[in-house]
Amino acid sequence: MAVEERSETGRVTRGREVADIRLERVTKRFDDVVAVDDVSLAIERGSFFALLGPSGCGKTTTLRMIGGFEEPTGGAIFLGDADVTGLPPYKRDVNTVFQSYALFPHLSIFENVAFGLRRRGQRGDPLKRRVEEMLELVALPGLGKRKPGQLSGGQQQRVALARALVNSPQVLLLDEPLGALDLKLRKQMQLELKRIQNDVGITFVHVTHDQEEAMTMADQIAVMNAGRIEQLGSPDELYERPRTAFVASFLGASNLLRGRAAGEGVVRLEDGTEVRVPAAALAGRTGPVAVGIRPEKIRLAAGESNMLEGVIAERSYIGVSTQYIAQTGTGSITVYAQNTDHGPSGLAAGDRVTLSWSPESTFVVDALEEERR
Amino acid sequence: MNFFHRHRALVPYLLLLPGLAWLALFFVVPMYYLGYTSLQAGDLFSGYTFAWAWDNYSDAFTLYRGHFIRSLEYAGVATLAAFLISYPLAYWIAFRGGRWKNFLLLLVIAPFFVTYLIRTLAWKTILADQGFVVDALRTLHLVGEDGRLLATTTAVVAGITYNFLPFMALPLYVSLEQIDKRLIEAAQDLYASRVKAFLRVTFPLSLPGVFAGTLLTFIPAAGDFINAELLGTPRQLMIGNVIQSQFKEVANYPQAAALSFVLMAGIVIAVLLYARAVGSERVTAGTAA
Ligand SMILES: Nc1ncnc2c1ncn2[C@@H]1O[C@H](COP(=O)(O)OP(=O)(O)O)[C@@H](O)[C@H]1O
Ligand SMILES: [Mg+2]
Repeated sequence: MAVEERSETGRVTRGREVADIRLERVTKRFDDVVAVDDVSLAIERGSFFALLGPSGCGKTTTLRMIGGFEEPTGGAIFLGDADVTGLPPYKRDVNTVFQSYALFPHLSIFENVAFGLRRRGQRGDPLKRRVEEMLELVALPGLGKRKPGQLSGGQQQRVALARALVNSPQVLLLDEPLGALDLKLRKQMQLELKRIQNDVGITFVHVTHDQEEAMTMADQIAVMNAGRIEQLGSPDELYERPRTAFVASFLGASNLLRGRAAGEGVVRLEDGTEVRVPAAALAGRTGPVAVGIRPEKIRLAAGESNMLEGVIAERSYIGVSTQYIAQTGTGSITVYAQNTDHGPSGLAAGDRVTLSWSPESTFVVDALEEERR
Repeated sequence: MNFFHRHRALVPYLLLLPGLAWLALFFVVPMYYLGYTSLQAGDLFSGYTFAWAWDNYSDAFTLYRGHFIRSLEYAGVATLAAFLISYPLAYWIAFRGGRWKNFLLLLVIAPFFVTYLIRTLAWKTILADQGFVVDALRTLHLVGEDGRLLATTTAVVAGITYNFLPFMALPLYVSLEQIDKRLIEAAQDLYASRVKAFLRVTFPLSLPGVFAGTLLTFIPAAGDFINAELLGTPRQLMIGNVIQSQFKEVANYPQAAALSFVLMAGIVIAVLLYARAVGSERVTAGTAA
């Protein structure tokens, strides 16, 4: 057991360091739908962890199982050292910011925020001080008397955050908390959430389908697809070294070229070109694979050790960069060229071009089965 | 066409006209005649004439005071009983009914497919001295050897409760059904046990339904006469019975009209007091946002 001491404010100080949340082979089935399929993961204490994936991939269900709103069909969930599988939500040291906020419409903002503290027996001045402190943290001082219906979406979002954080839980769960906000407010709240997480030092588990949001906010991201975790890692790991075609295309754009493993650190493409890749990226793979290159890592000139000949098919000027689409022997390849020099570059549609990129910028994923283009 | 274009502001009022006409014809005019009648004097043979006869009202308070009080008591107890029965029922259908919801609701209002009178007559059979209910209660020694149910206060109140139950259950169901289930999850997330979550979130949010249901039950129950007539004895007579007999049997129209007015005033006052007690703000809070 971890040594826990609870001070009057409900803050928890812990002895031994353990993963804050651990899922062990967790599966959730709804009738014939497998929403979460044999998921195992560990979330570090104090980290900002994102569950990223397309709609319907099982993110909310995973979060709800951690919160105690759904029982796993199989597997176990640990908070710190304690197995909490089967415990009701009110017995877990976890709080949730719900997708639609779920503020109590009949209670004032003050009472909404005070709800959890009251249930734990806090009263009087300490309660009042704590709630006001919290409303200040989320930049909503003085709004305590209003009802949720009288606040804007952004303000409601902050109240939902305050209502959960005020309890100083071990873990805060956030289900697409910024989904209902407009773009500008969303960007602003992303930074603010990150700041608050830094201040309070609580583990955040953040569910989102927005890859940019996950990349800017999270220390660790688990990319989910069809109930499974495709890959877990830091944002740059996932971007630079995606291990599946799904991860490569879900996080940013990438060129995927079919080929076969052809010895130590070499992949032979369909047109016979040999591409050098980091040996570790190919580790253990044989037979059909696909190599991937991010569009901004390709140069429109020779010079790197991986090369392809092609013809420019399309060119569009975007401002900071220019996007080219080149036809090559293995299909079309997208290239982003930074417009660092003055004026447009000399290449135009129809020009022959040599594309090159370094082996370090190349990643390898499983052979493309469904995604034929 | 042109007329409507030029007088656009008039259109809402024109749309109101049918409703206003209906109100005037079927509410204001009868009320006027009722008030007029209640102040008449005379008798059936020489006819009734208008005479500012306020003694119809003083008689209502002195002669029939017991009936008024009994009516409010019976209606109050029946409303409470209907609430205690309906709330768990509506709660269960709203939260656990799943795809059976509509069918279960149909069962709740199924008795309405049978006429009020017939339904109450059926209760007469159920509660009869030789009926199985009394038999069972006698066997269990819950009533004495010659104890009975029919022709008792219990029978009348039970009849009223039964007859008005759907008026209570349906508004409760509607208000419970529209509660966002996430709010209950949020309460549990914030350390409220199931019971606490119910007391702090579910019940307060269902108050508009409680308010509507109690009014829809209490108001017709206070004026009811069928249950007392069929299931009770003269000792259970309610004000509705008195009005009915004054009107149809004694043909003392002024007295019947005065009694009706007093009953109406009594109900309005009771409703206003109730609305203030429950707090109209809390009642409407659940529907906001
Ligand atoms: N209560 C439920 N009953 C039946 N199916 C459900 C339920 N909740 C979620 N699902 C299904 O499980 C899958 C994953 O849903 P969810 O976890 O909400 O995905 P996400 O949050 O990633 O969009 C979906 O196919 C969804 O239809
Ligand atoms: Mg979701």
